[in-house]
Amino acid sequence: MKAFTYQRATSPAQAAQLVARTPNARFIAGGTNLLDLMKLEIETPGALVDVNGLGFDKIEETADGGLRIGALVRNTDLAADARVRKDYAVLSRALLAGASTQLRNKATTSGNLLQRTRCPYFYDTAQKCNKRAPGSGCAAIGGYTRHHAVVGASEACIAVHPSDMAIAMRLLDAEVETVKADGSMRSIPIADFHRLPGNSPHIETVLEPGELITSVKLPKPLGGVHAYRKVRDRASYAFALVSVATVILPDGSGRVAVGGVAHKPWRVEAAEQQMAQGAKAVAERLMAGARTTEDNAFKVALVHRTLAEAMAAAQKGTS
Amino acid sequence: MNEFSDVKLTRRDLLIAGALSVSTAAVPGAHAQPAANQAAAGNPEPVTTGVTFTVNGKQVTLQLDTRTTLLDALREHLHLTGSKKGCDQGQCGACTIIMDGRRINSCLSLAVMHDGADITTIEGLGTPDKLHPMQAAFIKHDGYQCGYCTPGQICSSVSVLEEIRQGIPSHVTGDITARPLLSVDEIKERMSGNICRCGAYSNIIDAIAEVGGVKA
Repeated sequence: MKAFTYQRATSPAQAAQLVARTPNARFIAGGTNLLDLMKLEIETPGALVDVNGLGFDKIEETADGGLRIGALVRNTDLAADARVRKDYAVLSRALLAGASTQLRNKATTSGNLLQRTRCPYFYDTAQKCNKRAPGSGCAAIGGYTRHHAVVGASEACIAVHPSDMAIAMRLLDAEVETVKADGSMRSIPIADFHRLPGNSPHIETVLEPGELITSVKLPKPLGGVHAYRKVRDRASYAFALVSVATVILPDGSGRVAVGGVAHKPWRVEAAEQQMAQGAKAVAERLMAGARTTEDNAFKVALVHRTLAEAMAAAQKGTS
Repeated sequence: MNEFSDVKLTRRDLLIAGALSVSTAAVPGAHAQPAANQAAAGNPEPVTTGVTFTVNGKQVTLQLDTRTTLLDALREHLHLTGSKKGCDQGQCGACTIIMDGRRINSCLSLAVMHDGADITTIEGLGTPDKLHPMQAAFIKHDGYQCGYCTPGQICSSVSVLEEIRQGIPSHVTGDITARPLLSVDEIKERMSGNICRCGAYSNIIDAIAEVGGVKA
């Protein structure tokens, strides 16, 4: 690991200023992804600003009937919150499908959103990777691509976003609330928060240098039957091959977001207009334009079948 | 007051120090070179920071290189070698300790980030003369073979029962809004962050089930 200075932040604005004006500085909260990458020297920050002392660890009800989740709320606490379990069950389910309890106890809401979009070639420093070393090429393209993206990818990068939580946040139309180094605040719709790779896969979110996430806001509950289906190579503690988050309302309408298929949580609102036509129609629209390889072509069929199963279960009133 | 403050040089430390002085002597100026490279990449010279936390009921204060993981602080600085380094990347769970009542991977955490924390390691759960009930159950059910993963398995097992008691749901909990109940399926899911290379899983489940009061 490269050496770094370490400072505990005293206020959100101070933390944002510190990271904005210190070259090669990073925030650290749970650290479960950042430290892992620092050990491999894939991430080499020269300064860490610890934001754990800033509060932001509460889940509060908002005036419009939704919830404001502090950036530092641990994944375990968010999944276990009675309001989340009752009104946003898809979010609890998604969180509990991710990582291990040890990691969820440490990982934060903001850190989960900011974990690196990654693939085995990103982790292997002997391989070319446009995300790790911009402009060096992508060894995954033409390599072993079973886990890689089938929609929204580019010639520069075919990695997938690994978060389960973020898929549910996308389904629920969450908003990411931040403070910038100049003290101004903004709210970013989750749909716009993560970027597709394009020609700059090393830039994964729209956050500006030093911009600090303070909370994530959920709109008022949607109702309906919530489900999160995760298909993976073993029953627990593995990344999704494909995951499907759904909210199905009593009138048959609903929402669908998919994980394991793209560089960001994948949702196509137009596909949801097809709910009455059944899962096949929805999945076809959702996965339209998929570019697959021999290794990962199965993902398109798996999205169809997983969605069909989730929709059938919802019609029976079970999640 | 602080029985850990007297950090002795171990044979391994001496070997490392010896190796460093040899390489410095063999390549004049070699010591300065990496530092210059680091500065070019935006990394400073190694930095130390103070941290005070409680380990197994005793308050300790350490002056550490900021890069020191909590696991390395426990093992190399406090000589509490019960917590094990398996993968060092959060995959295997051998380093599991209990911090402020929650189990974490101590390998994926910087020691300096835990000022004021209350840490329990396997050494704090029980002693050879006074075993924790979970330690006794692991022995009774032969919940290990080589034993390397066992301290992490036991810290996790104790936490699993506490998490169920607190009503924290899991991936296999049927009704997400209801209190979770201890079952073999719940134990299996909740223990998935602890790998046993010897494959003692069925006996580990028997041990946890017995302490938790359910039939395996």
